[in-house]
Amino acid sequence: MNTITANPSYKLELAASPHVHSRWSTKQAMWLVLAAILPMVISAVVFFGLYQLLIIIVSVGFCVGTEAAVKAVRKRKISIGDGSAVITGLLLALILPPNFSLSSTAIGAIVSIGIGKEIFGGLGYNIFNPALVGRAFLQAAFPVPMTTWSQPNYAVDSISSATPLSAIKFDKVSTELSNLFLGNVGGSLGETSAIAVLLGGIFLIVIGVVNWRVPVSMTLGVIIFGGIFWLLDPAIYPNPLFHIFAGGFLVGALFMATDWVTSPLYGKGMWIFGAGIALVLVLIRLFGGLPEGVMYSILFMNAFVPLINRYTKPRIFGKEK
Amino acid sequence: MKSKLGFVKEYTKGLWENNPVFKQVLGMCPTLAVTVSAINGIAMALATTFVLVFSSIIISSVRKLIPSQVRIASYILIIATFVTIVDLVMKAQFPDLSKSLGPYIPLIVVNCLILGRQEAFSSKNGVLRSALDALGMGTGFLIALFMLGGIREILGSRTLLGFQIMPDFYEPWLVMILPAGAFLTLGLMMAYFNSIAINMKKKETDKIIEQYKKSKAAKTIEAGA
Repeated sequence: MNTITANPSYKLELAASPHVHSRWSTKQAMWLVLAAILPMVISAVVFFGLYQLLIIIVSVGFCVGTEAAVKAVRKRKISIGDGSAVITGLLLALILPPNFSLSSTAIGAIVSIGIGKEIFGGLGYNIFNPALVGRAFLQAAFPVPMTTWSQPNYAVDSISSATPLSAIKFDKVSTELSNLFLGNVGGSLGETSAIAVLLGGIFLIVIGVVNWRVPVSMTLGVIIFGGIFWLLDPAIYPNPLFHIFAGGFLVGALFMATDWVTSPLYGKGMWIFGAGIALVLVLIRLFGGLPEGVMYSILFMNAFVPLINRYTKPRIFGKEK
Repeated sequence: MKSKLGFVKEYTKGLWENNPVFKQVLGMCPTLAVTVSAINGIAMALATTFVLVFSSIIISSVRKLIPSQVRIASYILIIATFVTIVDLVMKAQFPDLSKSLGPYIPLIVVNCLILGRQEAFSSKNGVLRSALDALGMGTGFLIALFMLGGIREILGSRTLLGFQIMPDFYEPWLVMILPAGAFLTLGLMMAYFNSIAINMKKKETDKIIEQYKKSKAAKTIEAGA
């Protein structure tokens, strides 16, 4: 590569296209994402105990190990330094239920990197978000442990309990928004505390590592689609704010759907992508057999990303007549 | 078109280089649907092999009598006869197995592996060659289905052919006995076998290049001398 463009004293672009550069290199951006995930890690440990740290370490360890092993077998350059395997491991751990078994976590991590990413050719070639692939596999392989939720430390002492989403779906019990916001509810490790997720997510948007369009369009989509049903019958359907703060929506919107590799390239496409996720999510949550649908809705829309990119490609010169 | 392969090769080509599942990707419906356990895979493959061998023998012996306009219908009729035999025999002799394979035994009629071999091979070759080819394809199918069923049974329900081989603390992966597990296992196995094939081919070409270089070097030395 021609490195002339990196020197600010040159006013004229001399290198071949692309001329628009991101502010951060892949490596730098990955470490910034790691920093943004940190509040979720802290909230997981605070609310669910130190054991969760073990889950996170096992998940990260096996993700990095799998990546190194695959690269070694395929005789490619070891690329752990870019931090993407660490992020996948962290995100996978944070969307697992608390007190999940360590051996199953390891299986999920191997599947995430092996089947979710490396089988397609490594970073940049995967179609589906690797962490979500791992979780989907675990959900199919171990359905019972994957839906056993423990209450956080500061709640009324009960061993296992429903998440806010399953409570409203199966028992018609709503949860206080303030509890959802702080994270004092049952749920996956990293998703329960809205404040910790928002802290990291907004940091990423402000420094420009992730594009704001996907989270914003997802949120607007959920408010619109969820709002329509809420207005139809507030007694049966939860209000849109509940949709946003309960379950994995914020983690999904800020950390999963915004994955650079598996989200659309162009602005218009991002809006379509976000709205599509929101629609599928609301349908699964309100009418599907499962209480939560963030994972499946994102994986579902991931499959459409190449198509969306194709139809939203901006024209280079002029406009259509 | 007469096949120029030897009789032994006619049989062994179905095992590896033309394996119906891993190389030709034929008969995917029974491959994915019934391989929940190794015994199901074996039963399915044996039933398919029986139909394949006998319909190949019949079709190759009457291949010159069948007008080409109605050949597909005639092939299906012959295949269906043997499928009915298999179906009835299994119902009478192995009722449990027949129940667990369900509709997939009658569905052997439309297995593309069988019709594919008739169209591609039996209709153009003699009886002995066709029988050997069918037997080879059947064996290849058996190997593939046994491996697939075995892996899924070990991971999905701890057992192989009904005997427990995984320790108790191993938690079975439910996904392996679901359809998703079939696709995953088959995909990974195909990838693995393709990588072996690619490596073998590469070694062969490397050998040829090496030989060529050696002969050239020898020649130049000779010429120089």
